[in-house]
Amino acid sequence: MPDPGWANTVPPSMAPETQAPPPARAGVDARAGDAPERGAGASPLAPVGQEALVSALKGLLPAHALLWRAEDTTPYECDGLTAYRERPLAVALPETEEQVAAVLAACHRLGVPVVARGAGTGLSGGAMPHAHGVTLSLAKFNRILKIDARARTATVQSGVRNLAISEAAAPHGFYYAPDPSSQIACTIGGNVAENSGGVHCLKYGLTLHNVLQVRGFLSDGTPATFGSLALDAPGLDLLSVVVGSEGMLAVVVEVVVKLTPKPQVARCVMASFSDVRHAGDAVAAIIADGLIPAGLEMMDKPMTAAVEAFVRAGYDLDAAAILLCESDGTPEEVEEEIARMEQVLLRAGATRLETSTSETQRLKFWSGRKNAFPASGRLSPDYMCMDSTIPRARLADMLLAIADMERRYGLRCCNVFHAGDGNLHPLILFDANDPDQLHRCEQFGAEILELSVAMGGTISGEHGVGAEKLNSMCVQFSETERAQMLALKSAFDPQGLLNPGKVIPTLHRCAEYGRMHVKRGALAFPELERF
Amino acid sequence: MNDILIGLAERVRQAAAAKAILRIRGGNTKASMAGVVSDAATLDMRAYTGIVDYAPTELVVTARAGTPLVELERVLAERGQCLPFEPPQFRDAEGRLAGTVGGMVAAGLAGPARAAVGGVRDYVLGALLLDGRGDLMHFGGRVIKNVAGYDVSRLLAGSWGALGAICEVSLKVLPMPVATTTLRFDMRQADALETLHAWAGQPLPLNASVWWRDTLAVRLRGARAAVAAAVDRMGGEHIPDDLGNAFWAGLRDQRDEFFIEARQAAERENSALWRLSLPPTTPVLPSFLDTLIEWGGAQRWIVAGADDTLVMHRAERAGGSAFRVSGGVGDGAGYATPLAPALLAVHKRLRASFDPDGVFVPGRPMRF
Repeated sequence: MPDPGWANTVPPSMAPETQAPPPARAGVDARAGDAPERGAGASPLAPVGQEALVSALKGLLPAHALLWRAEDTTPYECDGLTAYRERPLAVALPETEEQVAAVLAACHRLGVPVVARGAGTGLSGGAMPHAHGVTLSLAKFNRILKIDARARTATVQSGVRNLAISEAAAPHGFYYAPDPSSQIACTIGGNVAENSGGVHCLKYGLTLHNVLQVRGFLSDGTPATFGSLALDAPGLDLLSVVVGSEGMLAVVVEVVVKLTPKPQVARCVMASFSDVRHAGDAVAAIIADGLIPAGLEMMDKPMTAAVEAFVRAGYDLDAAAILLCESDGTPEEVEEEIARMEQVLLRAGATRLETSTSETQRLKFWSGRKNAFPASGRLSPDYMCMDSTIPRARLADMLLAIADMERRYGLRCCNVFHAGDGNLHPLILFDANDPDQLHRCEQFGAEILELSVAMGGTISGEHGVGAEKLNSMCVQFSETERAQMLALKSAFDPQGLLNPGKVIPTLHRCAEYGRMHVKRGALAFPELERF
Repeated sequence: MNDILIGLAERVRQAAAAKAILRIRGGNTKASMAGVVSDAATLDMRAYTGIVDYAPTELVVTARAGTPLVELERVLAERGQCLPFEPPQFRDAEGRLAGTVGGMVAAGLAGPARAAVGGVRDYVLGALLLDGRGDLMHFGGRVIKNVAGYDVSRLLAGSWGALGAICEVSLKVLPMPVATTTLRFDMRQADALETLHAWAGQPLPLNASVWWRDTLAVRLRGARAAVAAAVDRMGGEHIPDDLGNAFWAGLRDQRDEFFIEARQAAERENSALWRLSLPPTTPVLPSFLDTLIEWGGAQRWIVAGADDTLVMHRAERAGGSAFRVSGGVGDGAGYATPLAPALLAVHKRLRASFDPDGVFVPGRPMRF
């Protein structure tokens, strides 16, 4: 895997919280009826030493499946967000479900945090280790257990790669629809943790919409199954919170996914626009016409220039923005849809249209979009990828606002959008060796996220909050809402041992962040209009 | 903030302070399914009504809980859009279609298209929740892709009031299908199931299916060309559109012949109507009094003897669950597959975190 070149340093103000692990409540029975006080996290207690931890885990795993020497645990110190690094006390690589349960039970007894890890491709530091904790790698859970063509499901272990599912399903004429850009490397367990999307989710849904059942363990090692092979299960739909919970509610060992019949044909229209407003309006016009494209992506001019230099696909370098609009299905319906798409795009002011006539040409259209990140990596020593979502109607407003921010912060930004979903990936270019650039980049990114919330959007569309966007959570959610999310975590994990310190910021942190903001005279957040 | 909302929150705070209980109600059309507790005061959500925001090009609508479902669907239809999961509309005691948006989410019920397009929770994007402390909280949002924090709004679909009163919801909506066609086939149950599995594995615009008494009906929905091509390929007898549409609506709202007969039988003959949620490839379950199959085999309505606990065992053995809708002995309606112990503990803690004083009396499926 080439180094994708994520931003690789971080100022102290953005650094994740270092938390001492919560107390081991030895002998205290967490009774089912206990009402967790909303927002009451477990209070810190002296961390367990490495020696005690290793001796507790040693008997539970084969010798090669437990790492604790610095040279062995260092490769696990970060995920795709390399700016955030922490070495765990130990890395456990269980090979059986019994071993997973035993490690969890031991950590539960000792009050040691556990951070589950798949391929480590996440972009928000969700799998960053805990300094006083165990990193639980599910890398060895890499078997595809069953492809059931009649039921159109695949039962796979959580460490199976996303693309491997589609490859295994291909002989049956099926594929697994969600396709995050990292799909050759990322695992289904990681996809479940992040509720990953991809370029086709407007039509085919997110991970949640394509997963039937998730099996794993609660933080104390108790087995638990969420969802079912049927379309619903008794009780609350816990699957809908477990998916996207960033490893904070349960550890997943097996996933049953839905398979989708492979479309017979896919074709893509590439449209150029001389004005980003026209391109934004074209996106709205496509939806207004009743079309749901299989993919609908936008690149701005700087991004197009960057990818053209990288892939030489013949992109229109004069365009202010380029839209890629795809239709898939039977040959008949694709022909019908492509004709409608072309009409709508022309009416919306497209200055140039090109429609793929072969699979080779379609993939060429996509090659630039798919290489947006590495192409940006060639323009600048570092870049920071943002991931907010806004209402589609505000795409042009956002692009113009970003152009203004580029001037104010003195940094360049390339933009790729999952336009169909309103999900933005602005890539802010900077040099991390220059502390001032780094600082400006941080402010630039935070301003994009806050503007996204102000526009009625969200701080993360698909990369997750992890350790990276804790501050921005303070902007999007009120104190009560954040406290309720912490209480929800406690309902699954009363001791707060699974991936603690991620996703939901503490009250204290938000208060600090608020103060910092007022001082800088930036957006005050508590009273933002939003939903 | 809206006065009605302030009033609702105040009601809950007072109830919590007085250790009183409240039953959340919308149109009261699902009261019998929810197992009404008659001595509880009601928190009536109907006054909090209206569509807050609807931008068709965003494919998102935000409505207050008390908005009548018929009103929401009418507004969407004016712009050529719909709720693809076809929430059933039931009648209240006076025979009116009084169901509300809040009730639709709280019950989490979906119609014939469920297997093809997803259920209520798949379309919930955000919600404003009034919890048992009287606090108002937003979860999720108004955009399609959103992974900021836990997705509590989706958890509310089918929660039957267990976590609080749903005050507003944002829903993903979709364009109405360009073409719809209904086909009918004479087929025995086992053949119908196999045929449905085979079709579902092909790129066909299969949107709904139902099998009852050796008749299989399927609905195709999608691009005109796709539906036309599928009709050629699948054969069968074409049902005229008006008849077909009325038939699917009856099935959605559970007022089709099967349901009328099954409910009458449950009252008269000491039998019971069950809903089984099963892995779709579960084979034919033999020897019940009557069976209607939807969702490509994943939802099976069973009429069985009143004391027939075999239904429950069979559903569980197949990897699914059972819910007694009406009739029966013992626990009567609402008798259902229990939660696994580990999940039961999570449910109890979860409910307590939203409603520590137990102010809200949830619907029967959520009484654990």
